[in-house]
Amino acid sequence: MQAIEQQLRQFVVNNFLFGQGEDQLSNHDSFLEKGIVDSTGVLELVVFLEKQYRIKIEDEELIPANLDSIDNLLRFIEKKAQIAR
Amino acid sequence: MQIEEFLEQSARQFPEKTALVCEDQRLAYREIEEQCNRLAHALIALGIERGDRIAVYLDNSVEAVLSIFAILKAGAVFLVVNPTTKAEKLAYILNNCRARALITHAKKLAVVKDRLPQMAHLQNIIVAGTIVEAIENGAKLFSPLDELLTQHTQSIQPPLKRCIDIDLAALIYTSGSTGNPKGVMMTHLNIVTAARSITHYLENTGADIILSVLPLSFDYGLYQVLMGFSVGATVILEPSFAYTQVILEKLSAENVTGFPLVPTMAAILLQMKGLSPGRFPCLRYISNTAAALPPSHIERLQALFPAVRIYSMYGLTECKRVSYLPPDQLAARPASVGRAIPNTEVYIVDERGGRAGPGTVGELVVRGAHIMKGYWEKPEETDRVLKPGPLPGEKVLHTGDLFRMDEEGYLYFVGRKDDIIKTRGEKVSPKEVEAVLYAMPEVKEAAVIGVPDPILGQAIKAVVVFAEGTTLSERDVMRHCAARLEDFMVPKSVEIRATLPKTTTGKISKRELELATPPANSVSLR
Repeated sequence: MQAIEQQLRQFVVNNFLFGQGEDQLSNHDSFLEKGIVDSTGVLELVVFLEKQYRIKIEDEELIPANLDSIDNLLRFIEKKAQIAR
Repeated sequence: MQIEEFLEQSARQFPEKTALVCEDQRLAYREIEEQCNRLAHALIALGIERGDRIAVYLDNSVEAVLSIFAILKAGAVFLVVNPTTKAEKLAYILNNCRARALITHAKKLAVVKDRLPQMAHLQNIIVAGTIVEAIENGAKLFSPLDELLTQHTQSIQPPLKRCIDIDLAALIYTSGSTGNPKGVMMTHLNIVTAARSITHYLENTGADIILSVLPLSFDYGLYQVLMGFSVGATVILEPSFAYTQVILEKLSAENVTGFPLVPTMAAILLQMKGLSPGRFPCLRYISNTAAALPPSHIERLQALFPAVRIYSMYGLTECKRVSYLPPDQLAARPASVGRAIPNTEVYIVDERGGRAGPGTVGELVVRGAHIMKGYWEKPEETDRVLKPGPLPGEKVLHTGDLFRMDEEGYLYFVGRKDDIIKTRGEKVSPKEVEAVLYAMPEVKEAAVIGVPDPILGQAIKAVVVFAEGTTLSERDVMRHCAARLEDFMVPKSVEIRATLPKTTTGKISKRELELATPPANSVSLR
């Protein structure tokens, strides 16, 4: 899980924070509230998740509870992995 | 008539009807009216005078709506600043219009506080939410919004009117061609005229439930509230379209009847896999403006929302709205942005300034009572777009947009006279982004262009030449921009070059840069 956490943080920091502010992003920070993602940001995130973790994300899953923080992402990926098994 | 009377009339007519829904808050017309009156009295008690400018720097929220109407009731002029605006630009805007007060949220104080000493005219800062950190600044008076409302609990009647309808009501800042934003001056009459015309053709009534994710700093978003309140409708404000699924669920759960879009949102909706036709039986209309929808998107949108009336519209902040295509014409003229809105005249002028006949391409000119009074304290820029009209003293608006008109008066957009970029429905002046790029000491030359993009309409691309020996990367450039520009203005891509192509007169040739750039694909289509 730690590896996944690192990958997710790296993706968010590289793509949405342009490589800065890593230390200011905690795992429970809401991307929306922090102004980190907008609608195209969420799409970019989904494309990344689908490729990186070979999962298929349904429209219904595009909600903050699944995607709006590092913590939520970790829980969501774990859940998806369990379903796949 | 003045704008605040939209609210006052609906509060008399439908006191207990839901006016506004923001996340878990639902307010009836009477509640909003009373709270706005209390806040208006508080503003007056703070010394706000007729015509003072008050900035609203808030996300889409109940507080933002209360602020707008309270400012108007106090006889002052509101300006809503995009909530993603960074400190330097915020300071520029507040200083440009010499804002007397600022209404913001505790969460945004971090952006505000460092620049306070530079904001010489700002006297009052009204803060929603809980202030966690003490702010030290002797020269400005901080007032918690809740405290002001509590102090004026009894003042639920509107204050005495201080304005007439030709007084200024709002400044709406747009990206300026000189690098700095400019404030579009709108009077009560301008806004009331536009709002009435639009609600007329959209056939809005008190039965409407309108869901808007557009920021109130964008006139299209602002008018959703103003127009909704003018007919006694319910307005649902959402802070973002980021989680599309949340919005779709709200469309169903709240029985939404009106859903304003920009092309980027339409493109995202059309990417959804699980959306089936007829899912929103209450939805009566969808509107689109800011940029034209591609005909293929109109067709797919209509298939997805079969019983919904789709309005293609065109406008610019300087007069709010120019034209709309009646939905029954959509199939016959998908490429048209329609005819003049009610109570507006449009015509096309050729290069010598004469009215051009059907089929001829020329600049679109707009006549009506909704034309702005000018750009705030920018007489030269104002004179470039507001020119004498047919009646003594009248001004007509030269839009800078090239159009042609068919025999029946339907308009077809051809292009811009200048290089303004339209991205995510917002106008961005390349000069404004270039000015930020040139603020990097390492940047020797910079050019900003718009690249066609299936989701954004145009994606902003920066091409830079660094001074010799610079080791910065593309990402450093984007980070620099993200710290200074609103989110929609930050370049989506950066290219570093050794030189930029030049014209024979030595100017940077954007044309060549554009030709050398393939269309972008900001997000791979699902």
